[in-house]
Amino acid sequence: MGVDHRKLGMWAFLGSEFLFFGGFVTAYLLYLESTAGGVGVEVFDIPFTSISSFVLLMSSLTMVLAHHAHTRGDLRRMRLWILATAGQGMVFLGGQVYEFNVFYREGLVLTDSPFASAFYVLTGFHGVHVFIGILMLLSIFVFSLIGKIKPNQHLKTEMIGLYWHFVDIIWVVIFTVVYLIPEIAVL
Amino acid sequence: MASSTVETKGFKGRPKGESGLSAWITTTDHKKIGIMYFVTVLVFFFLGGAESGVIRAQLAQAEMDLVTAEIYNQVFTMHGITMVFLVVMPLSAAFFNYLVPLMIGARDVAFPRLNAFSYWVYLFGGIFLYSSFFLGGAPSGGWTGYAPLASDAVSNMAFYAVGLNILGVSSLAAAVNFIVTILNMRAPGMTFMRMPVFVWMSLVTNFLLLFALPPIAVALFMLNADTVVGAQFFEPASGGDPILWQHLFWLFGHPEVYIMILPAMGIVSEILPTGSRKPLFGYAAVVFAGAAIGFIGFGVWAHHMFTSAIGPVARSAFALTTMFIAVPTGIKIFNWVFTMWGGKLRFHTPMLFSIGFVSMFTIGGLSGVTHAIVPHNAQQHDTYYVVAHFHYVLFGGALFGLIAGIYYWFPKVTGKLMDEKLGKVHFWTWLLGFNLTFGPMHMSGLLGQPRRTAVLPGELGGTVELYNLLSTLGVVVLIGSALVFLFNLIRSIKAGQAAGDDPWDARTLEWITPSPTPSHNFDAIPTVTHRDEFWHRKYAEDDAGKVVRVPAGASEDHDTDHEGEHIHMPDPSYWPLVQTLGVFPLGYGLVYLNFWLIGIGVLWMVIGLYGWIIEPLAEGDDDEPEDAHTPTGAAAAAH
Repeated sequence: MGVDHRKLGMWAFLGSEFLFFGGFVTAYLLYLESTAGGVGVEVFDIPFTSISSFVLLMSSLTMVLAHHAHTRGDLRRMRLWILATAGQGMVFLGGQVYEFNVFYREGLVLTDSPFASAFYVLTGFHGVHVFIGILMLLSIFVFSLIGKIKPNQHLKTEMIGLYWHFVDIIWVVIFTVVYLIPEIAVL
Repeated sequence: MASSTVETKGFKGRPKGESGLSAWITTTDHKKIGIMYFVTVLVFFFLGGAESGVIRAQLAQAEMDLVTAEIYNQVFTMHGITMVFLVVMPLSAAFFNYLVPLMIGARDVAFPRLNAFSYWVYLFGGIFLYSSFFLGGAPSGGWTGYAPLASDAVSNMAFYAVGLNILGVSSLAAAVNFIVTILNMRAPGMTFMRMPVFVWMSLVTNFLLLFALPPIAVALFMLNADTVVGAQFFEPASGGDPILWQHLFWLFGHPEVYIMILPAMGIVSEILPTGSRKPLFGYAAVVFAGAAIGFIGFGVWAHHMFTSAIGPVARSAFALTTMFIAVPTGIKIFNWVFTMWGGKLRFHTPMLFSIGFVSMFTIGGLSGVTHAIVPHNAQQHDTYYVVAHFHYVLFGGALFGLIAGIYYWFPKVTGKLMDEKLGKVHFWTWLLGFNLTFGPMHMSGLLGQPRRTAVLPGELGGTVELYNLLSTLGVVVLIGSALVFLFNLIRSIKAGQAAGDDPWDARTLEWITPSPTPSHNFDAIPTVTHRDEFWHRKYAEDDAGKVVRVPAGASEDHDTDHEGEHIHMPDPSYWPLVQTLGVFPLGYGLVYLNFWLIGIGVLWMVIGLYGWIIEPLAEGDDDEPEDAHTPTGAAAAAH
């Protein structure tokens, strides 16, 4: 029973979150071919999204490094890695915004088909999660600057890390199911 | 007993009110929050009851036009939403709040401010839903919100989608809170198999909430997108699948049934042993049956969809799992009966309501098993037989159990007993009114009366009409009975007989504390050595195996070497309330697709969250190593 309240609470919450994304992924798979005659999975640009996915996955590494620095009480290095993590998150989000724009121009409109609705809502909710993660990272950055986060409070970095890794893992699933496998499934 | 110093308030930067309004709106005390849940539930119960009055008045005779079909649809939809989400679930939450920390020997929940947050979100979510009556009409697509009717503007379901999501946030936060509380904050010696059954059932219920809420959140977001933005999730015209809604809804909806019944089961599992002066028969069986219900509860949802296009294999599989889940439920019923068997029964009001629970719930359970039989189910689907069934489990079950709990713990909360004579009048009229209202629905349903019709069709004949008249008379009895209850409640608060600390000769830890419970709960955190700890402190067996009372002062609950112990209680806070007010702009923004309102709501809640984060903490920041701040006692001791 040595787990801190807050950490246990975060684990419980993340358990719930897995089912949240599970629901949207299921709906997406169900509507893979319900394009109402419009644009389908062929619109995806796998090389482009692979790069932004790679950036997001690497941000998990910098998150671990931030937490590691904090456990050693090295707030300077912790801040550096936190900024790096947030920066990579922003690159990913920028990629998603760009991608949404391209898809929209190529005719994938949310209100056109169940497929489009399922795609935008699933990836959109993931984007919202990344955004909240960035907000938390920037917050802990500022709080550590003004002395609100102390060197011995590495649990706070760890909790943000838990959330951030969760968002990453979910993206691994979404990237596989939405971008990689459908090519095979529709063929 | 008053030798310990209790520092609850007074740290700079945190509110200090100890009485009056500000003490209530800033409170982080689990007991006050529990009372606030209870009072709010009474208001919503009145509204939901008034709606059922309109329904029964309209159906008293065939072909009546007391209200228009539009109004009728709004009223029966809001009746369902109110009773499920604004009455039974939060009434269970009221009991979790008041009792769980007391029963496990803790001073508060794991996250006191989050607990206040849950309450305010619930209150504002309810107000938000009801505001729809003044903003173009309440949702009218049924509480199950079946697409594609629900995604059509005619049924006004945007308020339903957003409102239930708001309430879901409240339940999710509470679920995380209580899971952590129960797992982490038990008093020393309180192992899992020594926990009171109510705590066990709370744990199972909150795990059910944790995993059942995401599917409905997904479904509601999709519905929200369909109704407000024009997404195509449930639009058959463009290839959308309305069955997807049914799957997602019932993947939540069936665990929800157990979310509503398990707390009541926990309550009667506390009252029946006390009223029978016997330990609960088969404690382990009751606990494991509860956990089994939790697991199997996620595998039976499609029995709500036997008449939808789900195919014969799915129908057979779900028919089997549905029959299977009757087994652990049956185990519990036998355990309750054998708890009473051979006991020295005392028929006080809580005991009467508990026995009412067991018997009425059994009737509802039996009609439930008939739903598992697929051909039979096809015959009953969308008839009043189903309405009869779920009212027997939710009204005859959950509500009877919860009312038993109100009578049972009222003395702990107020220090006064509720009037027994009025309590018995309440019980017998409640039982009569309930059976008169919902019993005939079995018959009228089997004779073909459909659900959700604004008018009782005259062609169903005089027998069905008679059954409906009986149901309406039953509601009149129930209204009278509810007034007796309300009168009893108010009069007992004002002038009830003093209860003392342990009026029922009870068995669990909350009765160690004085009545009403002081804000710090326990002067010293008890060390638990037995299941039914308090009973074992009061009674021992002599050489002949007879139960004898332990002489006063001999038991360890009277030790007073905690003089001068410094108890620290969580400080009150404005922030949960302030932050939660942001759900209004956010909610209306989502209903009317106004990005300004959404932006204001999100910004408001984020700023509120920062206020919450940077608020000073009297106990210092709690990231210090555990041993540096042991005043919360229970948490540290449990590690």
